[in-house]
Amino acid sequence: MRNPFRRRDATDLSPPAKFGAFMLLVAWSMVVLFPIYWLFVTSFKTPYQVDKGPFYVPFVDFTPTLDAWEYILVELGNDTLRPYLNTVIVGLASTTIALAMGSLTAYALVRFVYRPKVALIGAFILSVVVALAVAAFGGPLAVGVAGGVALFVIAAQTVGRRARWTLANSDIAFWLISQRILPPIAVAIPMYVLFQQVGLLDSIVALIIVYVATNLPIVVWLMREYFASLPRELEESAAVDGASAFRIVRSIVLPISVPGLVATFLIVLIFAWNEFLIALVLTSADAQTMPLQVAAQNATRGPQWWAMSVLILIMIAPVIVMALALERYITKGLLVGALKG
Amino acid sequence: MAAVGAWRSEGAARWLFIWPTVLFVLFLSLFPLIASVVISFSRLSFHQGGVDLVFVGFNNYEQELFGLERSHFLGVLNPPGPIGWLVLGLTIALTAIAWTRAVRRGRVGAFGLALRLIGGILLIAWVWILVQALTSEGGRPGALIVTFIFVFVGIALQYTLGLGLALLASQRVPGRRFFRVTFLIPLTITPVGVGYMFLMLTDTSKGPLEPIWVALGLRDFTWVTDPWLARAAVIIGDTWAWTPFVFIVLLAAIEGLDHEIHEAALTDGASHWQSFRHIIFPAILPVSTTIVLIRLIEGFKIVDMPNILLGGGPGTATQSLTLQAWIDWNTLNLGRSAAVAYLLLILVTVVATVYISFVRRRATEYA
Repeated sequence: MRNPFRRRDATDLSPPAKFGAFMLLVAWSMVVLFPIYWLFVTSFKTPYQVDKGPFYVPFVDFTPTLDAWEYILVELGNDTLRPYLNTVIVGLASTTIALAMGSLTAYALVRFVYRPKVALIGAFILSVVVALAVAAFGGPLAVGVAGGVALFVIAAQTVGRRARWTLANSDIAFWLISQRILPPIAVAIPMYVLFQQVGLLDSIVALIIVYVATNLPIVVWLMREYFASLPRELEESAAVDGASAFRIVRSIVLPISVPGLVATFLIVLIFAWNEFLIALVLTSADAQTMPLQVAAQNATRGPQWWAMSVLILIMIAPVIVMALALERYITKGLLVGALKG
Repeated sequence: MAAVGAWRSEGAARWLFIWPTVLFVLFLSLFPLIASVVISFSRLSFHQGGVDLVFVGFNNYEQELFGLERSHFLGVLNPPGPIGWLVLGLTIALTAIAWTRAVRRGRVGAFGLALRLIGGILLIAWVWILVQALTSEGGRPGALIVTFIFVFVGIALQYTLGLGLALLASQRVPGRRFFRVTFLIPLTITPVGVGYMFLMLTDTSKGPLEPIWVALGLRDFTWVTDPWLARAAVIIGDTWAWTPFVFIVLLAAIEGLDHEIHEAALTDGASHWQSFRHIIFPAILPVSTTIVLIRLIEGFKIVDMPNILLGGGPGTATQSLTLQAWIDWNTLNLGRSAAVAYLLLILVTVVATVYISFVRRRATEYA
């Protein structure tokens, strides 16, 4: 058998160094996997076994039971299935939309020059505030919107024309990421009111909308770095050959940014998958998601560890499967191959 | 972003790529943003048949900074000890030297100098609060300082671990696909779940580490009663959960590099350390600053780990700003909750701006 730590070529690590790296990776795997193992064995315990102190190995120091699994999957049945499907739908839909919109924005922020005028932005915000104020004080929404639009057009044509003070791409990017600073707790009640007004409370559409908005800044910032690190020569020569920006993005930029896209997809999917507070406020029954189910296991009798373990395990299973399937795309060679080909 | 190009004439794509995102985010952020400012200036009043918002001006903010809530928010502040005075004196001296040097060099305009002066005064005020809470007798840090500790210690650990693991996992070691997926797992658990999981693991009588506690003679020892051990536990849990985030982004960045350059360097006899120090690290520095910024912003919102693990205790030792807002929220003190959230917003905006204009700009220029 060949030594798995052998040196593959001149640029590879020496065998002892490679073995050291391997051992470090194994060590961190233990740190990561031990808690997961503990969840796994806890899910096969009875409440009595959990309470009696630590038991480590099923069949050796305790008799495993399927009680908790049966409780979650059979007894609760649809009450587990519904939030599960909601989580899957909300997660995939919001991630796909956010990734599509956010990547284009990130690309635009890297390759195009924007000089938005401060005065115009001020006029726009003022108009929106006026429209909102009209609506808040009981005026008809149509009047508010019309007034706001009129105000904005007038301001844009008068003040906006003369204004000199402009912002740059980095300001747009910072504005986007700054939307994540305010803790969800502060926006939860206004969000509730907002979605109540449009009749979308307790619907997965509301969750998808909110998660797209909250995850867009993350997508833009992560993808912006990847796009900025790409060599521009290919795009420039394509532009010289007359390809449109859409064409360049589709056939040049996207194929060579697959590692970044995959990593960003996984991160944003996980964020949407696991979000708790907004889901707690915006849903009550039909649109509830899995994190709420996990939290609900902390009942008045204390945390139901066995049921909670089952829920966490079935929650992370599909994400891990997806990571397994997508991991191969986060690998070297893609970029180099595209440039040579 | 040095890469901003000169393609000014791209027509439709210019606007189509950016407007949907900007409008979407603006639409969803504007109303909640305004509404929560209004709430932070008011108090809920309950009466028969409903709830009213009563305007109270800056009252909620005043309470946090100067009034009843100050011991929660800033901490219990007493005259600092000798080390505290020393640290404060050093800070003042260094700030004064830095500012006068900026004046004498004359490269910065009047506006920049004024900004630096304000920044320096803020820094001194911050150190003054820190030394009063941490080096004095009977003083203790409030949510503001505790949050800072969580964020900065946590990010330092997460970045170091994440970078190290990403570098190791990009080597051609056996089983690297297994490692790459495994390392992602902590991130996939919902934060509430991570909190409960750590509660289970750290239980000194029923948790899996019980034999270790017993062997160390710590059977009846409860780490939850010591403020610094409790804070350390929160940071450990947070690091376990968030290191994968740094790991996966840096891994993708390292794998996205053009490997011909550093392979050529290695063939020419550079050591692996040299190739990391001079080729890989500069190349991933911009991504690194972005990931630290995102973790900075997300980290300041830490709430689940201290809440579930310790309920913010012992006392208020692990109460973060968001946890304080959350407790106020649960007791229907919405005005105070929103005021804490807004103070957090101001604070993080200042920290993020300073970070971007000093660290990030320099890092991206360097790269």
